[in-house]
Amino acid sequence: MGKRSNWALPYLIFLILFVALPLILIALYAFRDGNGSFTLSNITKFFTDGDALSTFAVSIEVAVENTLICLLLGYPAAWILANRDLNKSAVTAILFILPMWVNALMRTLATAELFNSLGFTLGKGTLIFGMVYDYLPFMIYPIYNVLQKMDKSYGEAAADLGATPAEVFMKVTLPLSKPGIFSGILMVFMPTVSTFAISEFLTNNKIKLFGTIIQENINSSMWNYGAALSLFMLVIIGLTTILLGGEDREIEGGTL
Amino acid sequence: MKKFFAQAYLWILLILLYSPIAFIAIYSFTEAKAFGNWTGFSTKLYGNLLTGNITGGHGLIQALENTLLIALVSAVASMILGTISAIGIYHLRGRKRKAVQFLNSLPMINPDVITGVSLFLLFVFLGFSQGYLTVILAHISFCTPYVVLSVLPRLGQLNPNIYEAALDLGATPAQALWKVLIPQLRPGMLSGFVLAFTMSLDDFAVTFFTRGTIGLETLSTFIYADARRGGLTPELRPLMTLIFLIILVVLGLLNTRQGKNAAQNHINL
Repeated sequence: MGKRSNWALPYLIFLILFVALPLILIALYAFRDGNGSFTLSNITKFFTDGDALSTFAVSIEVAVENTLICLLLGYPAAWILANRDLNKSAVTAILFILPMWVNALMRTLATAELFNSLGFTLGKGTLIFGMVYDYLPFMIYPIYNVLQKMDKSYGEAAADLGATPAEVFMKVTLPLSKPGIFSGILMVFMPTVSTFAISEFLTNNKIKLFGTIIQENINSSMWNYGAALSLFMLVIIGLTTILLGGEDREIEGGTL
Repeated sequence: MKKFFAQAYLWILLILLYSPIAFIAIYSFTEAKAFGNWTGFSTKLYGNLLTGNITGGHGLIQALENTLLIALVSAVASMILGTISAIGIYHLRGRKRKAVQFLNSLPMINPDVITGVSLFLLFVFLGFSQGYLTVILAHISFCTPYVVLSVLPRLGQLNPNIYEAALDLGATPAQALWKVLIPQLRPGMLSGFVLAFTMSLDDFAVTFFTRGTIGLETLSTFIYADARRGGLTPELRPLMTLIFLIILVVLGLLNTRQGKNAAQNHINL
């Protein structure tokens, strides 16, 4: 038995080299200047860089709005898909993930072109709705998975004991589907807060998101400042994950 | 009545989700250079694509070949590495297992940009010259976790005695692995492979940061460069339409061949 656990060793080395070390390097580069000596200037630069700060705020706002819209549109869809009385065919569920196989940039450009030809001016509105197109499946899927595996007898028991359908939903279905909602939020919020290219396409270069600022700095060889910006992004991601993940574990523990 | 409204809601969402793809497909049947212009029905762009006579030269075909090559190599490598590692992780206990699983989950949580930047810094730090090899290594690093997560649950469902029985009956560990363990893990490995292939195919940010300056283009970076220049290569429209149709046909075949089970398995991808 002990021997086969060694099979994880090559991958552990691979993970340390290609996952852990690169993340450590972000932190390392963030606190160095061009000559390699320690400095806090990259960090302080961010707090005095008006462009970066406002982009950061806009990114968070757009990501929150996008996540909320995806949740509001996606939850009912997932609920219908998982409900055998309302939807018998598994094919409908597959139809929701199929678009993901078409190149995301191409789809985004087509969305922008579509908005354009319908007479919408490209800007914040098209940015948010364009992103909903891109990320809605990521919200629907985890919620659908949780709802599908949910033990239906809890809801039936509540109904037998006199709960109205609305009460069953609010007090049984919704709380039990929390893990799905949290991973859906994670899967939509993370990519939207950090996306680059997509925002430029959807707004005709009017609105930049945080990912773009990182990319611009890295591409113009401002590696240290780029690394510092990435570090801020990592902190946001880490906090979100802990916030949602911690709650997640509590819910999972609480289901029995 | 309730069912009617429920189905109507789903179909409205689906129509919205598919409208950009339909838009691409419709405009693949016109010759106009600019996406969104209609200059009458024509199949010329399909002709161009099939004969290789593409606006702006061979870049698009080269990008398609690169994309497929990188996706295939990364997915095969991830499948092998991920399966072996899943077996290892399954036999780990306690803190060690938690540590490996935590590291394994990082590439899935990390946004693409961060993965891209961090790997870029790694290759700069190690002095690797960037190109095919670095892109493939980067893709393996974010694809393998999906294979591990597809294979691990299968291991839990296996009867461990079958492997032990093979050993008792004189099989070498390699034979037992190849003839007993792998066949039972095949469905998990396959869905891991499909996931890895898809993730690699669709990647933009990680490729963008790790491809170096040798002019390596995949479909995503090609489309990005095209859009920055202010005009998409018109032949991208028929190409994307064909790719989508191929996926539809493949999934349709899988579905009719294996019936509803396949569909259910697919959903659990």
